[in-house]
Amino acid sequence: MSSFAIALRVSNQFGVLTRVSGMFSRRGFNIDSLTVSNTEDPRVSRMTLVCQGDETVKKQIIKQLSKIHDVLEIQEMTPDICVSRELLLIKVAINGNTRQEIMDAASVFRGKIIDYSPHSFCIEMTGETNKVDAYVELMKPFGIMEMCRTGIVALERGENCLKNYAYHTGEEIA
Amino acid sequence: MIMTGARIIIETLIEQGCDTVFGYPGGQVLNIYDELYLHSDQINHILTAHEQGAAHAADGYARATGKTGVVIATSGPGATNLVTGIANAYLDSVPMVAITGNVPTSLMGRDSFQEADIMGITMSITKHNYIVKDVSDLADIIREAFMIASSGRPGPVLIDVPKDVQLGECEFLPKGKVAGKKMPAVSDEGLKTAAEMIAAAKKPYIYCGGGVVASGAEAELLELCEKMDAPVGCSMMGLSAIPADHKMMLGMQGMHGHFVSSKAKSQADLILAIGVRFSDRATGNKSVYAQNAKIIHIDADAAELNKNIPVKLGLVGDVKDALQRLLPLIGQASHPEWHEQIGEWKKKQAEFRTKLGAFSPKDIVETVSRYAATDAVIATDVGQHQMWAAQYYPFKSKRSWITSGGLGTMGFGMGAAIGAIVGSGKEGILFTGDGSFGMNLNEMATAVSQNLPLTIVLFNNGVLGMVRQWQTLFYDKRYAQTTLARKTDFVKLAEAFGATAFRAVDQTSLEEALEQAKKTDGPVLIDCVICEDEFVLPMTPPGGSINEIITERVDS
Repeated sequence: MSSFAIALRVSNQFGVLTRVSGMFSRRGFNIDSLTVSNTEDPRVSRMTLVCQGDETVKKQIIKQLSKIHDVLEIQEMTPDICVSRELLLIKVAINGNTRQEIMDAASVFRGKIIDYSPHSFCIEMTGETNKVDAYVELMKPFGIMEMCRTGIVALERGENCLKNYAYHTGEEIA
Repeated sequence: MIMTGARIIIETLIEQGCDTVFGYPGGQVLNIYDELYLHSDQINHILTAHEQGAAHAADGYARATGKTGVVIATSGPGATNLVTGIANAYLDSVPMVAITGNVPTSLMGRDSFQEADIMGITMSITKHNYIVKDVSDLADIIREAFMIASSGRPGPVLIDVPKDVQLGECEFLPKGKVAGKKMPAVSDEGLKTAAEMIAAAKKPYIYCGGGVVASGAEAELLELCEKMDAPVGCSMMGLSAIPADHKMMLGMQGMHGHFVSSKAKSQADLILAIGVRFSDRATGNKSVYAQNAKIIHIDADAAELNKNIPVKLGLVGDVKDALQRLLPLIGQASHPEWHEQIGEWKKKQAEFRTKLGAFSPKDIVETVSRYAATDAVIATDVGQHQMWAAQYYPFKSKRSWITSGGLGTMGFGMGAAIGAIVGSGKEGILFTGDGSFGMNLNEMATAVSQNLPLTIVLFNNGVLGMVRQWQTLFYDKRYAQTTLARKTDFVKLAEAFGATAFRAVDQTSLEEALEQAKKTDGPVLIDCVICEDEFVLPMTPPGGSINEIITERVDS
C-alpha cells in the first residue's frame, strides 16, 4: 500500500463531485484527500485526489475514473514530475512557557501566525504533505485545539499541461 | 422552427432512429405523451402494466435488435420503478435511454408531490445521467445520451426532464443521427503479441462473452475458433454468439456451466477471453483460476483488464475490429490431442446422473426447442429455469438469448420477452419459474393487448428452486421461506388475462400443448409441473474450483 496523487480535469457540471466520489465508495477505494477548484477555463474544474493502494488498485482507480463522462483528462501526479502543496490552518494552545517556542517553530517551518488570543495561536502553513505532517507532529505536545488541511493541489513541472495529456489506450502486458 | 421541449423530445427521438418506446404515462410526462399521441404514426408506444416492465422491455428490445432501447416514465414512483430495469441494463451493458419527467424546476428540492431525485438515485447504475434545466440544451443532451448509450461498452443513460422544460420553447435544428464515439483501436503490436501467444499454445480455449454479441463479432468468432482449432466456452452473456451445435462449442462454463467447458478451461494453456469480465459466477476461486493458462483478454472497457483476474496480455478496443485484424495474423492450427482429451471429458459428462423426476427440465427445454422457430428469441427470468435454458437450449441464431446475467433480476423475463418480440418481429419463448413469474406477471396484460407471439414455459415446482438447492446443499435442508405454498392456478390466471393456457405434467401433455400453441394466435402459457427437488447440475460451489464441482445428485 502506498499513497499516490491523481489530477483530473472535469466538466464544471453539478453532480460531478458526486460522480467522482461515488465511484470510490461504490468500488471500495479510499480517498485520503480531495480538492476541487476552478481553472483557467470556466467550463472546467480541476480535482486533485490522494488515494491509497497498490499498483493494481491505482490502475483500476484511474481507469474507472476515466470512464466517467464528465472526466475530461486524468493523470497520476508522481512526485518526480510534479510540484504539490497543501495548506494547513492549525490552532495551538499557548501559555507563557510555550508561546515563544511555538513562534520559533512556526518561523522555522515558514508558517505564519494569523490569529493570536490570550490562550491560542492560529498558524497558517503551506508545503508538501511530509512537511505539513512533520509540523503537525511537532505541535502535538503543545496541544492542538483544532486544525484543518486542504489536501494537496498539484501541477506538473515544465510546460506540459493536463489538458494536453492524451490518456493511453489501457493495453497491458504482464 | 420553434418547438416545445416535449415536441423536441419526440423530434430528437425520431431523428436518432427510435421507432418504438416503452413506457407509462403520468402527471409530469403528460406533455410528452401528448406529443406521442400526435406522432403515433412515427413512434410506436408500448404501454406496459408497470414501469419496471417497460424498462425491461426496452432492455429486451435492445438485446434482440442491437438498437438503443427507450423507456419513458413519470416523476417520483414512475422514475423509481425504472431503477431495477436500469441497473439490470447497466450490469449487462445494454444500450438504453430512459426519459423521466420531473416536477417543475421551481418545485424541485421541496419534496413536492411525486418528486424524487432520480439523477442522484441512478448515478451509480447509469453510464451517465442528466437533469435538463434549460430547454435549449434538451435536443443536444438527448443526442449525447444516444451517443453515450451505444458507444464503447454500451449501457443505460437517464435524462430527467422537469415539466417546465417540457413546456418551454426554443428553436429546434435537426442534426441527424449521431455517430457513436470511436473507440481506440487495439494496437498492431498487441495483436502481434496475441498471435504469437496463440501460435505457441497447445491447449487453447476461447472464452466468449457478451462483448462478442454487443460488437456483432459472431462471424469473426466462428472463423477464429476454427482457425485456432480451439474449443469455445461461453459466459452466460456470450451464449447465442456461436451456434450451440457447432463442433467447437462446449457450452456455458462457470458455476452452472457444462463440466467439459469448465474442465477444458481449467486445463487450457491459453485462454483467449473476448468481451468478458471474469465475474465471480464464472471464475469461482480466483486464486486457483485457470492456473495453467496464459490469459489474453480483449475488451471494449479498459477497466475490465486485471479487474478480477490478472491477465498476461490485455487489449482494449472494439472486439469485432480486433478479431478481424487478428485473424490474418494467425495460421491454421491443429490440436488433435487436446480435442481427444476434451472428448474424454465429454464422455464423462454424458454419464452424469442428473435427472430426478420423469418430467425433467432438460427434456422440457429440448422439447420446447424442437417446436420453436429457429430464429425465435429466448427470454428467461432468473433461477433454476434460467440455468436449464442456458445449459440445454440449442441456440442457433445470434441475439436470440435474452437473459439477466449480471444483476440476476427475477421478474426480468416478461418485460424483456415483450421488448424482444416487438423489436425483432420474431416469435418469442419465455422460460420462467413460478417464483420469478410471480414478480411481474402483470405484463401478461401487455402481451395480450399487443397480441404477441409469445410462449411462456413456466417451470412450476411450488418452491424457489435455486435458493432451495442452496439450502439443500449448504443449509442442511432448512427451507426458510422458499416453499411457496400458494394455490395459484396459472392456467386460470393466464386465461383471466386473456391468454391461452395449458398444463403439462409429462412429455405427452407438453407436446400436445406445444402443438396447440403453434396454432394459437397471441400469448400462450404452458404450466409445466415439475419436481421440487430438481437440481441445476453441475454446480461449482461459490468460491470453489473445478475440483469441487458437484456433477451428480447424492441425496436421492
